[in-house]
Amino acid sequence: MTTVPRFWREIPQRYNLIGTKCKVCGRVYFPPREVCPYCRRKSLENMEKIKLSGKGTLYSYTIIHTPPSKFEGQAPYAVGIVELEEGPRITSQIVDCELDKIKIGMKVEAVFRKIQEDGDTGAIYYGFKFKPVENESER
Amino acid sequence: MPMEEIGIVSYGAYIPMNRIKVEEIASTWGRNPENIKKGLRISEKSVPSPDEDVATISVTAARHALSRVDINPADIGAIFIGSESHPYAVKPTSTIVGEAIGATPELMAADYEFACKAGTAAIQNCIALVRAGMIKYGLAIGADTAQSAPGDALEYTASAGGAAFIIGKDNIIARINHTCSFATDTPDFWRREARKYPRHGGRFTGMPAYFKHITEAAKMLMTKMGTKPEDYDYAVFHQPNGKFPLTVAKMLGFREEQVQQGLLTPLIGNTYSGSSPLGLCSVLDVAKPGDRIIMVSYGSGAGSDAFDITVTDSMKNFQREKAPTVKQLIERKRYINYAVYAKYRDLLYWE
Repeated sequence: MTTVPRFWREIPQRYNLIGTKCKVCGRVYFPPREVCPYCRRKSLENMEKIKLSGKGTLYSYTIIHTPPSKFEGQAPYAVGIVELEEGPRITSQIVDCELDKIKIGMKVEAVFRKIQEDGDTGAIYYGFKFKPVENESER
Repeated sequence: MPMEEIGIVSYGAYIPMNRIKVEEIASTWGRNPENIKKGLRISEKSVPSPDEDVATISVTAARHALSRVDINPADIGAIFIGSESHPYAVKPTSTIVGEAIGATPELMAADYEFACKAGTAAIQNCIALVRAGMIKYGLAIGADTAQSAPGDALEYTASAGGAAFIIGKDNIIARINHTCSFATDTPDFWRREARKYPRHGGRFTGMPAYFKHITEAAKMLMTKMGTKPEDYDYAVFHQPNGKFPLTVAKMLGFREEQVQQGLLTPLIGNTYSGSSPLGLCSVLDVAKPGDRIIMVSYGSGAGSDAFDITVTDSMKNFQREKAPTVKQLIERKRYINYAVYAKYRDLLYWE
């Protein structure tokens, strides 16, 4: 239950992949950072919000067979590191794909899904997961 | 006739990729699948993944609608979502969608409920607010992850999916010429507060409910517009199974060819609030300028919303290819067995 305010604060990044860009060096960060670790004090007041495209490639992945309690119903499932077009690498579940079809380097895009819930009576938390880009349709 | 032209600016659909076949459900309960397939005219239905619900389906359909046009989401002044499976009993789905598409915070947001016709009620309210000049664009969504008790006849059809429509005045691809509704207190199907599964009146859901309300609403609309069934290129009726919409079409004097493009239930099941809206999406996927469409929804309890729609010249430049068509969504599928279905739909903890 104590996670509700924390999750609420993170809604912009979880729903819409809002990261930050350092106006000094141009590096993009996700999750958003207040300070650029390269430009440090020069980046203060120079970090702008940027909406990431949600498109990227799969950098690496693993299959989870022994999940944490809230994910038991989903096992086995894939968790990957996605390298976004804008540069940042982010961790996410990989969905809508047979596990043996997942390949490093495949094109993926963000989808809006339920991430977890606080049991049957608690809040439901939504956010991004990634799925393979299907060549025949989606963009 | 309307004073100014109001209609559909864009639309988007979404159907979860899991499917379960009638054979799989029938064999679980020791029923003859051929009788069910023939009786309900359905071969398989869509099933939501454990991480999909009405909020995620609505967000995806709304994003598909937005990707086809160049409008600022902040100009969307109202979001109404019709469903009988909102994830929360108290806490709106519409604010989740508003946040996820960037339409907050200057926004009217509300969730609707009227069995399977809450999505078309949302369209009507968006039309009214646009006509009143209170909003520039309205987003109307019909979506469901329909519930059915294990072993009940509904289990063969109750499915998941949704459709989103951006309603406005500028660059409309389909003009809504008129809409009207027919509603009475008819208890053909219901789900009590805090109960997991609905109950229904069996055959009572037919004549005094579905057929009466759809035919009355359609006749009201055609009388008002001075039209006959042959004036329409496409007809979309609510589709609780594959049979009812064809029967009601025949009763009203429509031919099967007019109904076919919008008839999705045989392949995806009854998406409840998404049912006739997804049928309309399927028609808009192929419709040409000048095509005329009649859509009549049905919600148990009971009521029907009827719409007379004409596709405009703007459809020529409309970027349909920027989002998946209904056909593509139907073809994107993976089959699951009844055990996985039971896990996904939380049937292992039934009441």
